[in-house]
Amino acid sequence: MSVGGAISVREASKIYDPDGAGVLALDRCSMEIGKGEFTVVVGPSGCGKTTLLNAIAGFHELSGGEIYLDGRLLSSPSRPARPGSDRIVVFQNGALFPWMTVWENVAFGPMAQGTLSKEAAKAKALSGLEAMGLSLIADDYPGQISSGMRRRAEIARAMACEPKVLLLDEPFRALDALTKTVAHQFLMEVYDRDRPTVFFITHDLDEAVFLASKVFVMTTRPAGVKKILEVTLPRPRDYRLLASPEYQSLRAECQDAVREEALKAFSAGEREM
Amino acid sequence: MIGAMSLKKRLAKLAASRSLRRGLISVALFFVLWELSARLKIPVVGAIPAPTEVLACLGRELVSAYYWRSWGVSLARILAGFAIAQVLGVPLGLLLGFSRKAREIIFPIIEIMRPVPPLAWVPVSVIFWPSAEMSMIFVTFLGAFFTVVLNIVEGVAAIDVRFLRAAASLGSSRRDVFWRIMLPASLPSVLVGMTVGMGVTWCVVVAAEMIATNTGLGFMTWRGYVAGEFPMIVVGMLSIGLAGYLSSGLIRRIGLHFTPWLKGQ
Repeated sequence: MSVGGAISVREASKIYDPDGAGVLALDRCSMEIGKGEFTVVVGPSGCGKTTLLNAIAGFHELSGGEIYLDGRLLSSPSRPARPGSDRIVVFQNGALFPWMTVWENVAFGPMAQGTLSKEAAKAKALSGLEAMGLSLIADDYPGQISSGMRRRAEIARAMACEPKVLLLDEPFRALDALTKTVAHQFLMEVYDRDRPTVFFITHDLDEAVFLASKVFVMTTRPAGVKKILEVTLPRPRDYRLLASPEYQSLRAECQDAVREEALKAFSAGEREM
Repeated sequence: MIGAMSLKKRLAKLAASRSLRRGLISVALFFVLWELSARLKIPVVGAIPAPTEVLACLGRELVSAYYWRSWGVSLARILAGFAIAQVLGVPLGLLLGFSRKAREIIFPIIEIMRPVPPLAWVPVSVIFWPSAEMSMIFVTFLGAFFTVVLNIVEGVAAIDVRFLRAAASLGSSRRDVFWRIMLPASLPSVLVGMTVGMGVTWCVVVAAEMIATNTGLGFMTWRGYVAGEFPMIVVGMLSIGLAGYLSSGLIRRIGLHFTPWLKGQ
């Protein structure tokens, strides 16, 4: 199955220059993400987390600095990354193709890349959906299933490409608390089985500490790394963990760091971007 | 529990039948008022032939070859004009939607032509085309063409960038992006363009038939006026309305068949 890739972000900067007024979204941000690490990035709204994710995904070029994947240059201002199936994004609002059934969505990657025949891709999609508890809705269209199921299906679609890196941009933001716990469980199972490198953006600190091997707390814009929390809680994890003192103290530590930055952002008059 | 359920059901049924009854009463009242105003020769509205006369006229027409020939002629014009509009309009719309360069070159011309109502083209197309039939089809074509093109351009422009990014990320080629992402993503607006275009086509063909030819449902209605057969006018109007309704419904049906993911949404 897929083996995670190591990501090294070195002094990455990004200036948005929509109408001459340069907005610095990322300021010499450096980050080392190990092979197969579950990295969660938290920070104030609009701090540039998504900018970094887009740069890794290959949707934006950098204004300065470099990003390496497994020691190879992935993106620099002169050589921007192109999107690739080794780094799959699960989007904030979901991007399952509405005109394809769920299994067609999941089989899309391997078929588009030509790595599998249609039959093989379908078989793979169905087993991926089964792992996500979605066997029964394989033939439905995304518009016919619940939002929680859609998010799981999208993760299954990403994993069908056996990516080195799974990039998730607040994937569970719109889910209710109960649906979220189910989604977490499935994501953890997939992670424990395949060990891709995960880059997961969220505002939900419980989610962050529960899922992560490492939490990066970002500063307010321009984004840099404020604090790194190593979460050494044993895997596989389940919800009993939430009551443990280790979890509680990590959660508190994380909260303090985030709160400090959020206050700074607030007094600087930042708004949700 | 069972009692409560059946009570609820019965209430729902009653509400449904009540709204049905209201509808029926309203329609019946409409016809009674119409009949009365015709019989009593009430000014303005009284000039319209009474429903009973219209029904009698309709009965005669339903067995007349002329009536059905008028349907056939108008339908043939609609189909020809509409089909040509699709054959030319769908690819052009897609091209304009996908290529910025094409948009910059071709769009200004479309913007000049578009505000001219299709019927304003009637005199010029009668001069232009060798037969009345061709000019009729041409005007019909114009009616649908711009609607189709503009809807597609808008549909393509509205494709969510997330889908394109997701497709790129999943490793699709440019060809795949076109055929498997952009085309299906813009299909719903293609179909909206077709449905609206079909409606416009009927408006156009009826008016054009009144002006420039002596066949078809439009002319049949006009002839009713010229010949003083007033019930015939109403029969013509109803027939045109029904024809437009049926053809738009047909397009929607065909459209749903090609966009199964929109069912039940």
